[in-house]
Amino acid sequence: MEKEILLLKGNEAIAHAAVRCGCDGYFGYPITPQSEVLETLAEIKPWETTGMVVLQAESEVASINMLYGGGGTGKRVMTSSSSVGIALMQEGISYMAGAEVPGLIVNVQRGGPGLGTIQPSQSDYNQATRGGGNGDYNVIVLAPNSVQEMADFVDEGFRLAFKYRTPVMILSDGVIGQMMEKVVLPPFKPRRTEEEIARECPWAANGHGLKSRGVNVITSLELDPAEMEKKNQQLQAKYRLIADNEVRYEMVNCDDADIVIVAFGSAARISHKAMETAREQGRRVGLFRPITLWPFPTDAISALCDRVKGLLTVEINAGQMVFDVRYAAAGRVPVNHYGRLGGIVPDPDEIIAELDKFDLA
Amino acid sequence: MTEQDKTAGVAAKQDIISAENLVYAKPALMNDTPMHYCPGCSHGVVHKLIAEVIEEMGMQERAIGISPVGCAVFAYRYIDIDWQEAAHGRAPALACAAKRLWPDRLVFTYQGDGDLACIGTAESIHALNRGDNITIIFVNNAIYGMTGGQMAPTTLMGMKTATCPYGRQADLHGYPIKITEIAASLEGTAYVTRQSVHSVPAIRKAKAAIRKAFECSMKGIGSSLVEIVGTCSSGWKMTPAKANEWMADKMFAFYPPGDLKDVTAQGGK
Repeated sequence: MEKEILLLKGNEAIAHAAVRCGCDGYFGYPITPQSEVLETLAEIKPWETTGMVVLQAESEVASINMLYGGGGTGKRVMTSSSSVGIALMQEGISYMAGAEVPGLIVNVQRGGPGLGTIQPSQSDYNQATRGGGNGDYNVIVLAPNSVQEMADFVDEGFRLAFKYRTPVMILSDGVIGQMMEKVVLPPFKPRRTEEEIARECPWAANGHGLKSRGVNVITSLELDPAEMEKKNQQLQAKYRLIADNEVRYEMVNCDDADIVIVAFGSAARISHKAMETAREQGRRVGLFRPITLWPFPTDAISALCDRVKGLLTVEINAGQMVFDVRYAAAGRVPVNHYGRLGGIVPDPDEIIAELDKFDLA
Repeated sequence: MTEQDKTAGVAAKQDIISAENLVYAKPALMNDTPMHYCPGCSHGVVHKLIAEVIEEMGMQERAIGISPVGCAVFAYRYIDIDWQEAAHGRAPALACAAKRLWPDRLVFTYQGDGDLACIGTAESIHALNRGDNITIIFVNNAIYGMTGGQMAPTTLMGMKTATCPYGRQADLHGYPIKITEIAASLEGTAYVTRQSVHSVPAIRKAKAAIRKAFECSMKGIGSSLVEIVGTCSSGWKMTPAKANEWMADKMFAFYPPGDLKDVTAQGGK
């Protein structure tokens, strides 16, 4: 079969990919700059083809709790929003983590704090990678740097969410969500049957086979401190398993580099251009792109520090990931940060100028 | 009493427990977990009615219950069906998704007054207004029981609670909300009723109401809300008997029992 290549916005690609990878339901609330996800789904009417449910909820609070309710029955469900709305969802994300409910959350980030701006930002890095809500938990965070990855990370996000029974977040931003690129959409995969769901999710609260398997309860509540400590330790063990197995990153021109730029998402796209220009100027510059922001590629960055003279993190925020990079570097090489705020996206020239601030002597 | 007398007594008792003498049995879906509810609390009776109706409808393997935050947070411990425990007020959002994703399931929420009529107002009103084919069981005892007797959105004027110790007054606290009347005004609702469980006739009516609500959900004709005006002896600081009297006297005056909307009685929808 010929590959279907389309020209799509990142937000549109997410919607098409969801329908194609057997998503059972989408629940969302309009917010700029991600409204095209819901708009695209409403336009293509998947309830008439795959049977996928699409619902505009009354708020982001409701959306995430619909995700909790749908995921708790074993269905592949997703929501999308932007920073302000994701902040509202933190209650539900924490419940999903505590009750070990899978689900896919897309954050097309905009600038804050508060209502902030509708322009792009990466200032939800801390919120996304530290859990974001109450309690000791993490969500798997995937950071796409292209429209293609927006599409590819939907199916991968669902796979990880169900493998580990955890919420997974695609942490995108207004640049990736709004820009148009060529994209190869994933092949159609049918939604799972009830029997397939029962096999994959024997824990799910959907009534199926209750008399033979016993009652299933989805809850994050436990009042016995000893039991609750055990439950938390089990969660932590799961997070260690994820950290051991699911770290993803990309390295470009790092082998001979004096300075490596560390950047994710749209900042990595801009940094890639800066790196190419710097190489043309004869500088030995590399790019390290974390693809999973949690779990963070700490070991890979640590290994880099044995051979580079400095790391420059480029983020569209006031300096958030830089703390994870400094933790990995552990003082062995200087780690600088460059970022723009307020919805301003850095220019490759600004990044090249930052390279001059390292002492390479 | 001699050993022989004791044995004779047990034998006599066993004779009484015979098939033809049995007029009552605990529903099979109610397990033997000791309930955490206070003596005189209405929740236990409502739980039993739900278990009976699910059993009678043969829906055990097709039911999904959503429990709230509040006294009924542990509802999932007592009725042997699949459950999800929601965040405070969010049960209708979970139920909406569960029902839309599993249209042949019986999906219901079980919520108290604080959960449904205060922190979860948006989720409740919008699920009902969308006509999600779910049933909301709403137990209204006009007080926050689990957290120790604070003012609820449904606390009556003048009623004393831990956070309105001198009585609820309009200028300080606003007015009690009649969420069930609001529900009846929404296009999406099929069956909206207010019941109680303080007497045998009331319990029978409440059971019939829950059955009708569940049937509306399964017919797919819209949302149902069954309010149960209940007692909270501990929160009200009354004996269970006195609480029942006070409820019939004071609560019914503001929250009168009866059907508020029934599209099945109007020839269906």
